[in-house]
Amino acid sequence: MARRELQEINAGSMADIAFLLLVFFLMVTTIQTEKGIFRQLPPPIPPDFEIPEVRERDVFVVLVNSKNQLLVEGQPMELGRLKDAAKEFLVANGVFEDTAENQDFPIRSWVNEAAIRESVQNLEDLKATTEDEESLKSIEESIQKNQRKLNAVEVFGKPYKELPGSAMISMQNDNATDYDTYIQVQNELQSATNELRDELALEYFGVTYIALEDEAEKKRNDAKAHAPLKAKMYTIQAVFPQRISEAEPKN
Amino acid sequence: MAKFGKKKKGMAAVSTASLPDIVFMLLFFFMLVTVLKDEDPKVKVTPPQASELTQIESKHLVQYINIGPAATKRDQEVLGTAPLIQLNDYFASEDQVVPWVDEKRAKLPESEKNKMIVALKVDQDTKMRLVTDVKQELRKANALKILYNTGQRNRTGN
Repeated sequence: MARRELQEINAGSMADIAFLLLVFFLMVTTIQTEKGIFRQLPPPIPPDFEIPEVRERDVFVVLVNSKNQLLVEGQPMELGRLKDAAKEFLVANGVFEDTAENQDFPIRSWVNEAAIRESVQNLEDLKATTEDEESLKSIEESIQKNQRKLNAVEVFGKPYKELPGSAMISMQNDNATDYDTYIQVQNELQSATNELRDELALEYFGVTYIALEDEAEKKRNDAKAHAPLKAKMYTIQAVFPQRISEAEPKN
Repeated sequence: MAKFGKKKKGMAAVSTASLPDIVFMLLFFFMLVTVLKDEDPKVKVTPPQASELTQIESKHLVQYINIGPAATKRDQEVLGTAPLIQLNDYFASEDQVVPWVDEKRAKLPESEKNKMIVALKVDQDTKMRLVTDVKQELRKANALKILYNTGQRNRTGN
């Protein structure tokens, strides 16, 4: 009997060790998702394209020179102050209230519910008579855009002021600008939009915009959970659209 | 209590000796998967740090362009220390970007062809000229969704 007990080695803890390693590798494999600053490049410009005129007050111009120095709206600026300046550009002249007009920043105009309803109606009528697929698609998009505005008014329980379509943040860099500086500037500009979006989302949905975005990305294959998250994101986007553009590089 | 003890002694314990084998098998599988997916970096990239990151969950849509100085001493002797473009496993010039995009896009299923994302892994000391050139090529190739790969840091000013 004693001899038999000696022969048996308890291998139960071996499984524990192996599990520990297994869990470690499992984690390492999943953590490696791709992270970075996402950008949509503009499509190539057709040769006969005419660049539309925009009001100076509607554009927030950020220039970066070859020595990595910033010129914002004609004034030299430290990188650390860029975010606040960009935020000011986006909320100047009030979002939910009328304020004294600031001449340097775009005028936000009140969303007119009746007018939007009417234009949706008109677009629906147009849709019924259009057959061309290209134009059907663009009509569909305009309807959706207007629906989102109505939706936003409903969620907020009060009307809001929207940015003019031409309002945007424009960045131009020099060929000799460091990539690091370029990323930091892009990051600060994105940060300005994101922080404003976060504040608004926290107030009305109780979560940050970033959390909404992450959740939506995780649930992208689950239509039922995905759609309401997207709807919330569109509501926030209606007030604070993503408008960071890059000027065509100079030759 | 003594009675219970006696009874148990007679029962054969279920052998768990094969459990580690199964787990080890899984372990090796994941180890292999983890290692194999990393492609051989030919350029040295120290990514910049940023806070406003987007996470891409559908990794199969992502294709990589690395830009940075050559990683090995041997390559540096031939090609110098200026930043270079790496496509797949070889050094390339800007005009090879468009065919590379077409080649990668052809591998995606029809429904996802326009969802392709090009991740730019660029060294932080690179001058923008090269990056801008690559971006212009990507526009020509109609690969408009791009991701600047960065490390994660906290937001400034909070």
